[in-house]
Amino acid sequence: MATLKDIKTKITAVQKTQKIVKAMNMVATSKLRGAQEKMEAFRPYANKFAEVLGSLSERVEADEEHAPPLLVPRAEVKNVDLLIMTSDRGLCGSFNTNLIIKAERFLKEKAGQDIEVRLICMGRKGRDYFRRRKYNIRSEHIGIVGARFGFSVAVNAGTELIDSFLNGETDEAHVIFSEFVSMARQMPTLKQLIPIAGVEKVEQAQEAEPVGYIPEHICEPSVEELMAVMLPKHVYVQIFGGLLETSTSEHAARMQAMENATSNCADMIVSLTMVYNKARQAAITAELMDIVGGAEALKG
Amino acid sequence: MAGNIMLEVVTPDKSVVSEEAQIVVAPGEYGEFGVLIGHTSFLTTLKIGMLRYKDTGGSERVVFVNGGFAEALPNKVTVLAESADRRRDIDIERARAALKRAEQRLAEARTREDIDFRRAEGALQRAIARIKIGERRAA
Repeated sequence: MATLKDIKTKITAVQKTQKIVKAMNMVATSKLRGAQEKMEAFRPYANKFAEVLGSLSERVEADEEHAPPLLVPRAEVKNVDLLIMTSDRGLCGSFNTNLIIKAERFLKEKAGQDIEVRLICMGRKGRDYFRRRKYNIRSEHIGIVGARFGFSVAVNAGTELIDSFLNGETDEAHVIFSEFVSMARQMPTLKQLIPIAGVEKVEQAQEAEPVGYIPEHICEPSVEELMAVMLPKHVYVQIFGGLLETSTSEHAARMQAMENATSNCADMIVSLTMVYNKARQAAITAELMDIVGGAEALKG
Repeated sequence: MAGNIMLEVVTPDKSVVSEEAQIVVAPGEYGEFGVLIGHTSFLTTLKIGMLRYKDTGGSERVVFVNGGFAEALPNKVTVLAESADRRRDIDIERARAALKRAEQRLAEARTREDIDFRRAEGALQRAIARIKIGERRAA
C-alpha cells in the first residue's frame, strides 16, 4: 500500500497539473475570442463577394462553350490535390484526430478509384501524421492555423492549387477544414475548391436592401474578364474562410479539452484526498491499538 | 446636392470605411470614375491606387486600395479590396522602405530567375501609391 507521503506527493502533482491546465484553458478562451472576432470581421467581405459573384455567374453560365476553365469539371479525374488543415499544437482533444479521420476516408475513397492524391498540409499535426505514413505531401505550411495570419496566406496556397489545375497537373482540388458550429461542436468538413462547383448563395434576407437594387450591373471590363479575376479570388476566399474556421475551432476544442482536464483533476484530488485521509486514520487507529494494548498488558 | 451615397470599403480583416459620402472617386480598371447618388449599377475591378471621397462635411478623405473590385448601386458603393488603409494609417517610412526593396528586386529580376517579376511589380505599385497618398497629408 502507498504510504502517506506517496499519496501526498501525488496530490501535489495533480494540483500542479490542474493549475497548468486551468491556465491553458484561459489562454484558449482569450485566443478563441480573437479568432471569433476575425471570423466576424471577414463575414461582410465573404457575403458581399458571394453575392456579386453569384449575380455574375448567372450571366456567364448561359454560354457553356466559353465558360472559364475554373468552372468546368474534367471528364476524367486522375490527380487530385487535397488541402488539409489541422492545428500546429496538440492538447485539444480529438480535434486533429477527427480531421485526420475525415482525410483518411477521402484518401481511401480516391485510392479505390485509382486517383492519385497529393496533400498540402496546413498545420503541423496533420503533416506529421501523413509524413510518418509516407503520403505524397506536396507542400506544407506551418505556423498559420491558430496564429495570426493574413489574406496573403490564402492567396499563396490558392495560387498553388489553381496553377496546377490550369496546367493540367491536377484535375480537382479539395479542402478539409474544421467548421465551427458552436463552442461545443466543431465539424470536419470536406469541400471542393476547384473546379468551382456553383457559387453558394448567401441568404439575402439578412440585409434587405431592395431600394433600386438591380442585379444586372454594367461591367467593366467585360463579364468574362471580371469572372477571370474573381474566380481565383473565390478560391482564396474559401481557403481563408476555412483557415479562420479551423483556427476558431482549434481554440474552442482546446478550451473544452482543458476544461474537462481541469474538472478531472478536481475529481482526482477529491478521491486522492479521501485515500489520504483513510490511510492517515488507519495509521492513527493502529497506533492507538498499540497503546491501549500495551496499557492493558501492564495493568494485568 | 440630391443626397449622400453610402460608401463601404471592406477587406478580409476589417471594415475600413463605412460612412456616407457626397461623392466617391475610385481607380477603376479603365481609369478613375466618380460615383454620385443615383448611379446606375456598375461593377468593375480596381487598380492599385487611391480612392477619394468627400464626407458629409465636405472634407476630402483618401484611402489606399490594393486592387480588388467595386460595386456601385444607386444608393451605395461597396469596395472589396484585399487590403486598404486610410491615409492616417499609412506608415510612410515603411512604404519608402518597401519602395526601395521593390526597386532593388526589379533590378535584380533581370539577371535572376528566382524572382517573381509580377509580384515585385505589384509591391512597387503598392509602395508608390502609398507614398503618394502619405505625402498628400504633408502638403
